[in-house]
Amino acid sequence: MSVPHALLALLSEGPTFGLRLRQEFEARTGEVWPLNVGQVYTTLQRLERDGLVESDEEGADGSQKRYRITAAGATELATWLHTPPDTALPPRDELIIKVLVSLRLPGVDLHEVLQVHRRHFVEAMQHCTQIKARATDDDLELALVADAELFRLDAVVRWLDAADSRLKRRPVRKPDEVAVSSPRSARKATVWG
Amino acid sequence: MTSVIELRGVSKVYGSGAAEVHALRDIDLTVGTGELVAVMGPSGSGKSTLLTIAGSLEDPSDGEVLIDGLLLSAMSRNDRARLRRRSIGYVFQDFNLLAGLTAAENVTLPLELDGIGSKAARVLGLQALVALGLDGHADRFPDELSGGERQRVAIARALVGDRHVLLADEPTGALDSANGEAVMRLLRSAAEGGVAGIIVTHDAQLASWADRVVFLRDGRIVDQTARPASAESLLVPGPSS
Repeated sequence: MSVPHALLALLSEGPTFGLRLRQEFEARTGEVWPLNVGQVYTTLQRLERDGLVESDEEGADGSQKRYRITAAGATELATWLHTPPDTALPPRDELIIKVLVSLRLPGVDLHEVLQVHRRHFVEAMQHCTQIKARATDDDLELALVADAELFRLDAVVRWLDAADSRLKRRPVRKPDEVAVSSPRSARKATVWG
Repeated sequence: MTSVIELRGVSKVYGSGAAEVHALRDIDLTVGTGELVAVMGPSGSGKSTLLTIAGSLEDPSDGEVLIDGLLLSAMSRNDRARLRRRSIGYVFQDFNLLAGLTAAENVTLPLELDGIGSKAARVLGLQALVALGLDGHADRFPDELSGGERQRVAIARALVGDRHVLLADEPTGALDSANGEAVMRLLRSAAEGGVAGIIVTHDAQLASWADRVVFLRDGRIVDQTARPASAESLLVPGPSS
């Protein structure tokens, strides 16, 4: 999640104080991503250093600084909103790695490994659904975040189901064939090319 | 919590000899009043067989089924048919509404089959339709309703009168996500009103509306979720940059 861009988005509605930004950020994200004050000020300092926001001088009476977005900040925000996140990298997900290494481990029941994770993710989905079910109709932010989380978890469960059925269909390999693998570069090219 | 649906050591075998298929093996499952249980598993895992046996539409090869504490195997055919008409409601993926009957007539059909006069049946039918937000749709035919509305009529039919056992087979399978969610909210509130329900599905999002999810694999229950603790926050706060 990009906190700097979320702060730029809030500042695009008008200049405001750091503390106010933190409250707004939490309210706008369904209050599921708590931010600490330190995080907000460190991020604002970085944005200011990069010329994306500017601030008033601190008042002599110690009053808070007000921040405002610059033209460069507005351009950066628009670019971020319209640029999909990078999805081209091969997955480095711990679960995928766990399953891949389990394939060759003797004495490991892979279906059991998959099921332990399936139950865990379905329980997490029950948790999200429970919150969504209790949310009031006007709590759009919370419903959107709950949906996003449910779809993300659902994708993992579907992958576990697909892995399960692939494993069920896999041909039984002789032990001496197990160690042999096809040339890596060729496989990489096929999958990620 | 009183047990409403109970499967004890239920097995089901189709065919014989080399063609023998074990659809279910030694299933123990209890669903109490107000509880919604999802049975999740891939195609061919025995989900639909479990549902038809729990609903007394099919007999197990071995084991016992109890509804409201009554042993199905000890009941006469007539008593079982009455139980199906009065206590059990079924919801299917493709709604199974009769095209030549209006929404209200579809809903009241099981009541009328049970000998309730058509006037009294209509009153109960309209109540069930209103409870599902279908006021004003009573006299429409299924082809005049959207998919989501048709499934709500099917749920009204499943819950009309004193039905308190709800058996659903992929009830949101033919619906988009908004209508699917609306249907699950209705099933959830039916459970909160005291109905005991089993939903079979391969869809984790649908299953996540249940109090408990039971995982079926090759005809066996291999695992189940714990009852979810009531949750205060959606996510555990994590690093956020």
